[in-house]
Amino acid sequence: MQLTRRNLLLLSTASVAATAMGAFPAFASLTDDEIAKLTGGANLGEGAITLTAPEIAENGNTVPIEVSAPGAIAITLFADGNPVPNVATFNFGPLSASRSASTRIRLAQTQNVVAIAKMEDGSFQKALANVKVTIGGCGG
Amino acid sequence: MAKGVKPRVKVPKTAGAGDTITIKTLISHKMESGQRKDDDGNIIPRSIINRFTADFNGQNVIDVTLEPAISTNPFFEFEAVVPESGEFTFTWYDDDGSVYDESKKIEVS
Repeated sequence: MQLTRRNLLLLSTASVAATAMGAFPAFASLTDDEIAKLTGGANLGEGAITLTAPEIAENGNTVPIEVSAPGAIAITLFADGNPVPNVATFNFGPLSASRSASTRIRLAQTQNVVAIAKMEDGSFQKALANVKVTIGGCGG
Repeated sequence: MAKGVKPRVKVPKTAGAGDTITIKTLISHKMESGQRKDDDGNIIPRSIINRFTADFNGQNVIDVTLEPAISTNPFFEFEAVVPESGEFTFTWYDDDGSVYDESKKIEVS
């Protein structure tokens, strides 16, 4: 192909389109992607994990969250409306008593907080809580 | 190095053998998320504590990976089993390579 101005324009449009296409699916469900990365696409059970979060958080800068999953070796938290969905991972050691933990997190806007617990038998459990946020917490 | 970092830990002084105790920890740290902008519109670089661990006599209790979504002054509350007298050690790992630690003794009767 001869490198004329027209060809060059065509080329650049094509490459821009390709980049946009590549970025799109990840943008659609960042949290689902992260969860799939964690679980390897395994089925998510429900019931063996408890996620306690306030229904309404006046200040998104510090939202108290509590997770508990008896028999879990690790619990990972996600916030699906944050610029980065990952929040924290708790790995429980042999001296951990109740496989539960509380912390305080930032939420940018009203959204779902998702907790995924990895159980001792290798299965995964999921819990979800919707938190209404009146003042966002990720700056801007 | 982040300024004014001060770990605070609350552990009961005594417990019965095999008891479950509740531990509360808080470390003062600004936890800059890397999402905020300064007055000139430049993004303030991320500066957070990325890992926290608690051990008792060399055995692990909890090991937490922290992301920028953890709030300022990271707080954790969790439960531990104490089989014998000993010492809890708590360690926080900063993005800039600093390591902060704190230890608490507990008497088990």
